[in-house]
Amino acid sequence: MISTVTNIAGVSFKNPFIMASGTYGFGREYAQYNDPNKLGGISGKGLTLHAKAGNRGIRVYETASGLLNSVGLENPGIEAFLERELDVMTSWDTAVLLNLGGGTLEDYVQGTQLINEDNDRRKRESRRGVDMIELNISCPNVKEGGMAFGVDTEVARTVVRGVRQATHLPLAVKLSPNAQDIAAMAAMCEEEGADAISLVNTFSGMKIDVRKRQSVFANLYAGLSGPAIKPIALRMVHQVAKAVSIPVIGMGGISSAED
Amino acid sequence: MTTVISNNQIASDIFVLTAEGDYQGEMGQFYMLRGWDQFPILSRPISIHDIGEGYISFLYRVVGQGTELLSRLKPGDFLGLEGPYGNGFPVIQGKVALVGGGMGTAPLYYAAKRLLNSDAYLGFSYEAFRVEEFRHTTGQTKVNIGGYIVDDFDPTGYEAVFTCGPLPMMRALATKLQGTSTKLYVSLEKRMACGIGACFVCSCATTNGNRKACKDGPVFLAEEVDLDDLNSH
Repeated sequence: MISTVTNIAGVSFKNPFIMASGTYGFGREYAQYNDPNKLGGISGKGLTLHAKAGNRGIRVYETASGLLNSVGLENPGIEAFLERELDVMTSWDTAVLLNLGGGTLEDYVQGTQLINEDNDRRKRESRRGVDMIELNISCPNVKEGGMAFGVDTEVARTVVRGVRQATHLPLAVKLSPNAQDIAAMAAMCEEEGADAISLVNTFSGMKIDVRKRQSVFANLYAGLSGPAIKPIALRMVHQVAKAVSIPVIGMGGISSAED
Repeated sequence: MTTVISNNQIASDIFVLTAEGDYQGEMGQFYMLRGWDQFPILSRPISIHDIGEGYISFLYRVVGQGTELLSRLKPGDFLGLEGPYGNGFPVIQGKVALVGGGMGTAPLYYAAKRLLNSDAYLGFSYEAFRVEEFRHTTGQTKVNIGGYIVDDFDPTGYEAVFTCGPLPMMRALATKLQGTSTKLYVSLEKRMACGIGACFVCSCATTNGNRKACKDGPVFLAEEVDLDDLNSH
């Protein structure tokens, strides 16, 4: 029998299948239809320090072999997640990844501290906590006009360093494919002490309604995902895997066993 | 997966698709329809129009790629159905008015079948459809073509109103019912992706914070939703 067990930074995944952040909520909904105990891991919906209502207007638009989404990180906030959702996730025999987003460096660091405190408390009570933080640097930097943290390597460095210093928990950094130099970005994460890299997040894209003569999305641009992006995602995963020695988690357009 | 029994055009761009099988569903719930393999990626959320012995029916308009593909299905073709999803309309003991505008009349037909005591008020822009079917299942059915059905509606004597249709119609109805004891339930249309509450695409602003049209809705009390926040097309 072949063992499919994969170990990343001390976290054991019974198989290398992780439900990507944003695709699976916090697992409750799909649990009715598919046994979450079969999964290697679940990366929950991206969380921010404070709850977010998300973007107004249209949030999804189909493209050829893909999907543009502009959900805007609607989420209940880290505290609400830790109080109301985490126990459900840890009741399953699957690794729990908390996808952490933020609008400022302080948001990321404070968020990390909350998760850390919660984890410490659970450990004292012999309860399972979050197994790994997946750091989402694709969030717009509100102090720099909304450019994503994960575009410029040195800007991203401040976030990775800040989060790394705030916790001993296993830390994966989820890269944006909109990075100026994705291999350099990955190498920086390893330098700053990340335990793993995950990629890709969505590609920045756009759809214009020709009748209304404006962008379909209130936020102008949106994130492209789906089978269309798989070849590019795969190429980036390949480049990153060559640039680092830490584990690499690949995602982007996976929709079949062959993928 | 089931097979198509019939897929008949009943008006301009409007079809009734009937599939074989014994399906569950409450009035106001919907199914995710898939009449194709991988692409388009998303299944289409269509409200239950009718359920009977051995069949389920959906009334839809061709507005884009997915509905265009649905319209080409022929008897014997395969159809994927997931559901029933959504909360549906509440069961009301007293008299209910079903006020529908255009395609909004679609879920109200099944409501008429399931309710013991209902009247229908159907508004259409230029072409009426399914009127006879409504006449057979309701106490009375009023039709308005080209005007405003809400103008023809007197809320006196109704315990509740179920409505579905263009936002301006539903807003006008909400205004008309203000100050009365008649409860107004609106069925909202929102773009959806997963259909089961996992992806956050179909969020609606309500007085209780964001709610998901696919799981917490699509039916909401009118006073709880922001009827100006909903542009799905």
